[in-house]
Amino acid sequence: MAKLNINGSPVELDVDGSTPLLWVLREQLGLTGTKYGCGIGLCGSCTVHIDGKAVRSCTLPVSSLDEHRNVVTIEGLAAEDDHPVQQAWAELDVPQCGYCQPGMIMAAAALLAEHPEPSDGEIAAGVTNICRCGTYNRVRRGIQLAAEIQKRGEAS
Amino acid sequence: MIREPVKVSRREFLIRSTTASTGFALGLTLPGLGPMAIAAEGSAAEDPAAEAPEINAWVVIQSDDTVVIRIARSEMGQGTLTGLAQLVAEELECDWSKVTTEYPTPGENLRRDRVWGSFSTGGSRGIRESHDYVRKGGAVARQMLIEAAADAWGVPMAECRAENSVITHLPTGRTTTYGKVAQAAAELWAPEQVVLKDPKDWKLIGKPVKRLDTLDKLNGKQVFGTDLKLPGMLNAAIRACPVFTGKLESFDADAVRNMPGVHAVVPVLDNAVAVIADTWWQAKAALDTLPVTWDEGPHANLSSANIDALLDEGLTSDETVFVGNAKGDVTQALETAAKTAEAVYAYPYQHHATMEPMNATALWTEERCEVWCPTQNGEAALEAAAEAAGLPISRCDVHKIHLGGGFGRRGAFHDFVTQAVTIAKQLPGTPVKLLWSREEDMAHGHYHPITKCSLVGGLDENGDLIGLQVRISGQSILASVRPRSMGDDGADPVTFQGFHPEGDHAISYSVPNLLVEHAMRNPPVPPGFWRGVNINQNAVYLECFIDELAHAAGKDPLAFRRTLMADHPKSLAVLDAVAEKSGWGAPAGDGIYRGLAVVKTFGSYVAACAEVSVDQGRVRVHRIVAATDPGYAVNPQQIEAQVEGSFVYGLSALLYGECTLENGAVVQRNFDDYRCMLLAEMPKVEVILMPSGGFWGGIGEPTIAVAAPAVLNAIFAATGRRVRSVPLRHLDLSAPVTQMA
Repeated sequence: MAKLNINGSPVELDVDGSTPLLWVLREQLGLTGTKYGCGIGLCGSCTVHIDGKAVRSCTLPVSSLDEHRNVVTIEGLAAEDDHPVQQAWAELDVPQCGYCQPGMIMAAAALLAEHPEPSDGEIAAGVTNICRCGTYNRVRRGIQLAAEIQKRGEAS
Repeated sequence: MIREPVKVSRREFLIRSTTASTGFALGLTLPGLGPMAIAAEGSAAEDPAAEAPEINAWVVIQSDDTVVIRIARSEMGQGTLTGLAQLVAEELECDWSKVTTEYPTPGENLRRDRVWGSFSTGGSRGIRESHDYVRKGGAVARQMLIEAAADAWGVPMAECRAENSVITHLPTGRTTTYGKVAQAAAELWAPEQVVLKDPKDWKLIGKPVKRLDTLDKLNGKQVFGTDLKLPGMLNAAIRACPVFTGKLESFDADAVRNMPGVHAVVPVLDNAVAVIADTWWQAKAALDTLPVTWDEGPHANLSSANIDALLDEGLTSDETVFVGNAKGDVTQALETAAKTAEAVYAYPYQHHATMEPMNATALWTEERCEVWCPTQNGEAALEAAAEAAGLPISRCDVHKIHLGGGFGRRGAFHDFVTQAVTIAKQLPGTPVKLLWSREEDMAHGHYHPITKCSLVGGLDENGDLIGLQVRISGQSILASVRPRSMGDDGADPVTFQGFHPEGDHAISYSVPNLLVEHAMRNPPVPPGFWRGVNINQNAVYLECFIDELAHAAGKDPLAFRRTLMADHPKSLAVLDAVAEKSGWGAPAGDGIYRGLAVVKTFGSYVAACAEVSVDQGRVRVHRIVAATDPGYAVNPQQIEAQVEGSFVYGLSALLYGECTLENGAVVQRNFDDYRCMLLAEMPKVEVILMPSGGFWGGIGEPTIAVAAPAVLNAIFAATGRRVRSVPLRHLDLSAPVTQMA
């Protein structure tokens, strides 16, 4: 039995504790926005937030979590899908195939929470997700635009 | 086109498209798949949109003026869904803000005499091969809508005009909308002929409109094949013999039968075993502990060294050699040349590495088989499904799901469909989703084929190129994949991309004496079409060697190329454009050097200038200037995205891309040993789009080919070293020059 907090709601699950969080999200909670890409914590398609930090969920056993750790997935990032990163991504048409994008967006959102006005170096260090379609330059511009949107939101 | 033999009701279309009409209704409610997939038999009847009339195969108009445009090609990130919808909407004269899209199924296409044409989505041909008939589809529908309005008003059609989904009777100013006349229009016969707009009158083609499929990709709602969930569905994990052509000998199902969630352990064809469980994670966990014995077969000792030797033999052999382009007398030209240069280049196997691993979901009964999968070619997926199902094709259908990347892997090959159906057949009536692990995906690719190339060039006293001899040695894709589309002599024309005398992949230079040959050497590793296909290897060979010849002639690489391009004005124009924008001829900045490359491929003319520094052996690409002339440009902002992305694909291949063979199997297993480029390494890309009109060239692939040679030529400019093999990660660029030259 695992007790978790997912997107603000408490969840109790009958699950083998060694199961990675990714598969609990996808197969038991129906939160399929978080993707499987490599299973070894490298590609970042499975990125979620745990207590606000970007974490790769494919190698994280669910037993390492409890109800006091706040897990946020792409589905729970913003109630109206209007997180500054989502707004910027829509404005710039960032995704191509889109498979890596939930992970990319979660990585970008965590980066902006830590660095509201990230430098190029901070973006490069903070976003290490793999995108095979090659959206990197729009991702970079998207993060810069999201930073502006976030700043405007705080000012207003 | 035009008069369609069969027209089906919208309701019938929805029912067939989702459940194929024979009681396979599963009550599906699949988020993100659009109205077509939501509509099972029951829900279609209740869905008011289901009553919306089909004007023709391409266009459905709902009473609220929503326009549903049918798209036959697959969206896999390249933007074709939006681009093709723009083409239809341009002629339809509809309100773009009310456009949505849906996929017909390949089964529906067969039933309607292939009214939507080919579903194949590869070779950068989504737009370039269907622009004519999809625009006609829009134009025919527009005419029918105008005719319906004119009939209702009792006025001549010629007095009416359509714009933005509104039809106006010009003399009286009366108006109506597409939604209001759609039902009547659907009853009319299609006009025999329509005239397409003059390109100068286009309003939507050429506009950088937003993609139609972005929003669901931002919140997790977009359903990919891996995300599909059907009622009662089980999950399968699979392992095939890692040695190519090896077989499954035995497995010990009892060892895992009692593991959590496990339902069955089944053989799959003659070379694989699958575990079926409640969840995929349970299936994978059981598979990981399943004892399996393989019969590795005749290729158990295959290694990269064997393959290397095979290709080396082909560089000089007279056996199984085909000619792709011959002009003049190259032997004599080289003999009489004032100066000659020669080099041997090598290009490895590479993997598609789509972010979404291979997967398919299948449901089989004795009566029917349904498959849901990401595919670049729904019709090929249907053929694979029917064959594996052992049922007539009319009793099968495939439902296309959004692809998490394709790059050629999901077009010509539907091994994952064959497997999924073979598994589902062993559990009749239960839907089974098969998902490959990343490791399985790496081990069972259809690899960008391995080739080597020797080149000899001859220069006259003025340093002009008078003879060029090219010998490619290596694997043919067609010999393995489509032997029937090879030449009568057994040649594979694809191997000569970029060297052809004319056509979509013609050489960009006029060389008076030229011989291009291919010694076909086919190792037992399955090759495949890989975004760009053979132009990627061939552009490295030709564009780097041209640079070598320029250096041998003591000439500037741009000037040397230009002298060979007088008869190739469009190629010359893109080359000049990148040279000018990059500042060719002026210093690039401290420690930064430039390299050029130009090709014609997939019907488009492209060139790139790369700016590179090499610091203590570390290559850094700072800036790419890339020019494309695709003839007509449908959506400039999507073209820009494709060109930027193509450099990620091309530079990943150059920096890291390599699959090696050991003991008959691919060594690389995941993204740790098959690395891909990251954001931190991504250069600035400046896209020059220069559509000259009059033709339709491809976009998704062409600029990949110029990525590697432009960078390699810049590395030479920076270091004086010729790098003649890919990938760069093997090379120590800090070593003394003599070791590399």
